[in-house]
Amino acid sequence: MTTALSTAKVEQGATIFHLAEDHHQEEGSSTLLGFWIYLMSDCLIFAVLFATYGVLGGNFAAGPGPKDLFELPLVALNTSMLLFSSITYGFAMLTMAQGRVAATQIWLAVTGLFGLAFLSIELYEFTHMFHIGATPQRSAFLSSFFTLVGTHGLHVTFGTIWLITLMVQVGRYGLIAANRRRLTCLSMFWHFLDVIWIGVFTFVYLMGMLR
Amino acid sequence: MSDPTTTYSFLLGRFSLASLPLNEHIVVVTFVVVALLGLALLGAITYFRLWGYLWREWFTTVDHKRVGIMYMVLGIVMLLRGFSDAIMMRLQQAMAFNGSEGYLNAHHYDQIFTAHGVIMIFFVAMPLVTGLMNYVVPLQIGARDVSFPFLNNFSFWMTAGGAVIVMMSLFVGEFAKTGWLAYPPLSGIQYSPDVGVDYYIWALQVAGVGTTLSGINLICTIIKMRCPGMTMMKMPVFTWTSLCTNVLIVATFPVLTAVLVLLALDRYLGMNFFTNDFGGNPMMYVNLIWIWGHPEVYILILPAFGIFSEVTSTFSGKRLFGYTSMVYATVCITILSYLVWLHHFFTMGSGASVNSFFGITTMIISIPTGAKMFNWLFTMYRGRVRFELPMMWTLAFMLIFVIGGMTGVLLAVPPADFVLHNSLFLVAHFHNVIIGGVLFGLFAGMTYWFPKAFGFRLDPFWGKMSFWFWVTGFFFAFMPLYVLGLMGVTRRLRVFDDPSLQIWFLLAGFGAFLILCGILSFLMQIAVSIMRRASLRDVTGDPWHGRTLEWATSSPPPDYNFAFTPVVHDGDAWWDMKARGYQRPLSGYKPIHMPRNTPAGLFLAGFSVVLAVALIWYVWWLAAIAFVGLLTTAIGHTFNYKRDFYIPADEVAHTEGERTRLLAAQV
Repeated sequence: MTTALSTAKVEQGATIFHLAEDHHQEEGSSTLLGFWIYLMSDCLIFAVLFATYGVLGGNFAAGPGPKDLFELPLVALNTSMLLFSSITYGFAMLTMAQGRVAATQIWLAVTGLFGLAFLSIELYEFTHMFHIGATPQRSAFLSSFFTLVGTHGLHVTFGTIWLITLMVQVGRYGLIAANRRRLTCLSMFWHFLDVIWIGVFTFVYLMGMLR
Repeated sequence: MSDPTTTYSFLLGRFSLASLPLNEHIVVVTFVVVALLGLALLGAITYFRLWGYLWREWFTTVDHKRVGIMYMVLGIVMLLRGFSDAIMMRLQQAMAFNGSEGYLNAHHYDQIFTAHGVIMIFFVAMPLVTGLMNYVVPLQIGARDVSFPFLNNFSFWMTAGGAVIVMMSLFVGEFAKTGWLAYPPLSGIQYSPDVGVDYYIWALQVAGVGTTLSGINLICTIIKMRCPGMTMMKMPVFTWTSLCTNVLIVATFPVLTAVLVLLALDRYLGMNFFTNDFGGNPMMYVNLIWIWGHPEVYILILPAFGIFSEVTSTFSGKRLFGYTSMVYATVCITILSYLVWLHHFFTMGSGASVNSFFGITTMIISIPTGAKMFNWLFTMYRGRVRFELPMMWTLAFMLIFVIGGMTGVLLAVPPADFVLHNSLFLVAHFHNVIIGGVLFGLFAGMTYWFPKAFGFRLDPFWGKMSFWFWVTGFFFAFMPLYVLGLMGVTRRLRVFDDPSLQIWFLLAGFGAFLILCGILSFLMQIAVSIMRRASLRDVTGDPWHGRTLEWATSSPPPDYNFAFTPVVHDGDAWWDMKARGYQRPLSGYKPIHMPRNTPAGLFLAGFSVVLAVALIWYVWWLAAIAFVGLLTTAIGHTFNYKRDFYIPADEVAHTEGERTRLLAAQV
């Protein structure tokens, strides 16, 4: 902005009130900012779910509590799946920056597989809980637990669908500017889910075992 | 309406003919009238072959100006619905004395006061505010469109979709009977087993997506798309208040979304967030919904403050007094609005210290607001004030809003609030600030920017009629409610025992009648203005001797807003340009890069409405289809990479040449 203004001033040598050249807003120049703001709004949804869990998380209604339900080794495995997927997404971004389509696709695929592994383990955990009668209806604690963790899981699910879509688009159109922008957005989304999971892991699982 | 014990059919869920309110004569008559008018409208559109035009130029448009106008139309149409609810309530309360039950049964009356609140806030005030921001902000910052033009169109259709869902509830099934914020446990499945609360939830969810996305869109627009030279502290005040409002939207609507999801989980899956048993806590809902709800009132009032600032400085012929303090006051209000939510339920029993904290933060908000009031007064001081309609609305606002602000500070005192909580005093207070503040601001804004949008002014005679009816009507309708509230009358009552109260309700009813005249005069004003548009025509693009950039272009502005991107050196950019003898360039046009129209937003919103209705009626197969449709359309849209085009230089030259000819003809 400032440069455009000063060059224009130099050209005309007097105060100018419009740009003679088209002031071209680069396509998608707001996208990353916009997506970041969206992520923060999404973060607020999680904030509400965390707060609800914080308030209702101790209301077991004579039902099972965290110590009866959580298996930390399984959760640790699950967490590592998600953390690895973040690392591999990082590699995908590095190869994207080098313009290597095939390598990007491979890293994206690996990321997606880690995401699916995470979801499978989570589903296994949920079915196990359902099996022993710890359903979301059982107590306010379980309602808020399933909603918080489940919302994160739904986000990972949509992230995976998005990832597959982007792989198709990269395959079809290559690493054009629009696709790079989209991959960057998904990258922010994916890492954001990782950060949320760190919160879930600490606040729900670890603190739950201490409660 | 529907009996919770009915068996659900696979095909229609819990819908059956018994779901239609055929025994409510008022609803049936309304339906017939609406259906006939609707058919007449559709017939007229078909007869005049307007479908293609509407589809190409309006429904699929990504032009922020047209999207803005569609928001305004939606808001005005819904105002008629919301006001019908209001006048029905006033009539009922004026009648229901001395053993009379009035003319509305409890079942119907409870839906009416819920629908009135929901519609007025979500589908009148929000679309009108969003519409004005959409129309004006890009012009004020010298931009060609918003940051995400497609998202803008999509946001509008989601808002309209929410309105469609609410309107549907009038004729198919019923609306919530819970009050406008649907507190549990009343809104839980146990006490509200019918479709009403589900209509409420899904209407707000669909509209909420639109609102959040439009908030993100406008923040990005203001941060990224300002023309060269326009630093943050050179932005017009309306743009500043819009920025703060959109920050509030993005920072609060997700909370509403989340809390309604939790309520839906309670209702649909039998979870226990807000139930009375299994560890649920209804007060959690009340806290969360007001964490959204209080900032929401500032979301509505801040843009109105911006409008009043623009209007006061334009019609006083002076730079706004205390621009910097105005900006800081706005930002202060933005932050403080997040720290006061608990004053809506001092009676919850949080204890003296918590109540004191929230009482004090609430009172502190009156300080920046008072600073704004003095800024407007000092702007007028020694100015050449022109008493045109927008300025009249502003003056009425200054008088009425101060009264409302003072009753607000009274309510902020926790011991006083224990007496006045849930009384008609509260109802009078928030109508005082919302009508006197938001609505008058919107009227000022509509009158002020109407010539910009359509190229001719609104007729002043009918505008003044509307103004005086509204102002007197407001005092008649709401001052009696203050009195009644002080005497201890609570809100949402349908019948009364004490005959001595009736006179106040009759006065309030008369006030509602005056407001009806005000609304009719407003509609008349629009009709008369369209008919007399030749004599009200403005070809200069600057009918009020404006100060900001939107007045630098033609009225209505071309698709591309500005042929050349303006460069700004002063807060009152256009005033500065005029004062320094700026000449409009007449040659050297370049092709202009513009976004392309798309129907994807309309389809996405359509699928969302179908999904919502299917969920409301438990038609699971339809919900599944709609969800798949939604997902497929969304993904399909991302495969469209051709989203822009260039307006050729010749076409720009032609459009600008027309304007040059008009301007020359005028001089």
